[in-house]
Amino acid sequence: MLRNRIALAALALFILIVIVSFGAPIYARDIAHADPFSSNISGTTTVNGKTVQVIQQGGGALGLGEIPIGPTWTSRYFLGADSQGRDVAARVLYGGRASLEIGIGSAVICCIAALILALIAGFYRRWVDSILSRLMDLIWAFPVYLLAISLATVLLTLQHPFINPSSLWIPTIIIAVVYVPYVYRPVRGQVLSVREKEYVEAATSQGASNFRLMFNEILPNVVTTVIVMLPLMIATTILTESALSFLSIGVQPPKASWGTIIDDGQALLYTRPWVAIAPGIMIVLTVLSLNILGDGVRDALDPRAKLRMKG
Amino acid sequence: MAVFVIRRLIGLIAVLFAITVMTFLIFFATPGVDPSRQLAGRNPQPAVVAAIKHQFGLDRPLPIRYLLMMKRLFVSRDLVSYGNQALKVVPAITSATPVTFSLVFGAAVIWVVLSILTGLLAVVFKGTIVDPLLMILALIGISMPVFWLGEVANLITQDRLHNTFLFHWVPPNGYTPLTANPWQWFLHLIIPWLTLSVLYIGFYARVLRANLLDVANEDYVRTARAKGLSERRVLLKHMLRTSMITFVSLFGLDFGVLVGGGAILTEVVFGLPGVGKLTYDSLVSLDLPVIMATVIYGAFFITIANALVDIVYARLDPRIRPA
Repeated sequence: MLRNRIALAALALFILIVIVSFGAPIYARDIAHADPFSSNISGTTTVNGKTVQVIQQGGGALGLGEIPIGPTWTSRYFLGADSQGRDVAARVLYGGRASLEIGIGSAVICCIAALILALIAGFYRRWVDSILSRLMDLIWAFPVYLLAISLATVLLTLQHPFINPSSLWIPTIIIAVVYVPYVYRPVRGQVLSVREKEYVEAATSQGASNFRLMFNEILPNVVTTVIVMLPLMIATTILTESALSFLSIGVQPPKASWGTIIDDGQALLYTRPWVAIAPGIMIVLTVLSLNILGDGVRDALDPRAKLRMKG
Repeated sequence: MAVFVIRRLIGLIAVLFAITVMTFLIFFATPGVDPSRQLAGRNPQPAVVAAIKHQFGLDRPLPIRYLLMMKRLFVSRDLVSYGNQALKVVPAITSATPVTFSLVFGAAVIWVVLSILTGLLAVVFKGTIVDPLLMILALIGISMPVFWLGEVANLITQDRLHNTFLFHWVPPNGYTPLTANPWQWFLHLIIPWLTLSVLYIGFYARVLRANLLDVANEDYVRTARAKGLSERRVLLKHMLRTSMITFVSLFGLDFGVLVGGGAILTEVVFGLPGVGKLTYDSLVSLDLPVIMATVIYGAFFITIANALVDIVYARLDPRIRPA
């Protein structure tokens, strides 16, 4: 019972993070009164009744250079500004929206693609299965980050009128592709065993079409495996997205995600650490809630599962 | 056994070949990728583009280009970077490997020791508050992005607490080779080792705990207790030993992935000039040959490591060998 309650608390935390992140435009407009995507280098704000520059001169150990304003802990510049004078708190919320969209989107796409491929491979067997499984083995042979890096580099070098480098779809698809084998393998094994069950045989003898056999008879009996994996997959894809964005090959400017904000914050680490710390805390909370939730879902639906994901 | 080894080696060669083909296709056959344009700079003259195309063999048919690339990568080893033609790719990787190895090896020692300790403690204290507390800590460790943890570690040890007795010994980020000064090598790597190992301590502790609890109900554990062995002996000599099978096979895979380039984030954050950092530096300029070479290096390392693990396993456990 206690475990269930912890899992529910984790779910509540995750939903809260989603709501807050998707409320980013409201926060930026009504609370921070700032556009987190346009730079505001010469702007001013009010702290304790005094007007101060957003980018202050004479920061740093030698009193040279310029540093952005630190956390004011009030509605404007709650977490301070970044090197462009943009409101960090508003950016973290917008970044969260991008990270969540990519994380959830790629995990869902990955699971659906893996499910369909596994159904086809496990149902037709023979050469279809051989080809698909060998392809999956090949993807599996690459380290996840290196394959994602390869695909991202190539897609970013592409000069194609239909491909917009700052589209969130690019990291979403890349991350979905690299994790397909991790879902495909266990599901294919399940399809192979479910396929031999009596009810499938019964449906076959009634003259059910292959399509019907796959989607009406087999699919409902393997979909639990995928549902159990989904929260852990989202945790993994969010971590992967943040890593790719940190390496500057994930989300591209002007868009931002938690990973790109941490990357931006690296230059300000010793003067304005909150720029890098805040999005990291958001990642930890999100991934932690998903991991706890995933454990709970697994215990509830599939107590014997041995599968564990990690990021 | 010999048949198994030979079969595994043939499979290995097939996978290695497939890896090079796939990597080559991703980097040089994706429609729309034209490295020569990038090389020639802005508004290039057609003659310059053609010369560059010829120099890199980009005007040849695809299979020939593949063979040329593999020859320059493995036989003549004179593949050069697109961005900086003085940078020979293969020597750059070979000289970066010891750095990555130092990082991963030290982290591995830390994570094996600490995760076994954590897993055992959690099982010993099962039913008390210690067990769930350790497991929540482990879960937090798994949930932290390693590059962020590295930045926080930098913030604390290089800046905020650097002038206190706690961290005044931490040298600036960078690397000193083991052969040059072993003590400095050690000092430079302690914080990166700890940072890299956190995720694995959490993960391995959880896996080990689950395995220990699984075998706790096995007959041989009951027999060992019935023989009157001490609880400590049952735990260490009987339960831990069986549980280590999963642990060791996971370790082989993770060690391979990290040496093969998985440590890129840690290397970038701490400025360690390993293979990952080499990849990262070429990512900034989208330098395709260097990235391709590091990806092939990584995939090769992992595939070969996996094959070795399989063969060692078959040697230890005859049931794995196919009839």
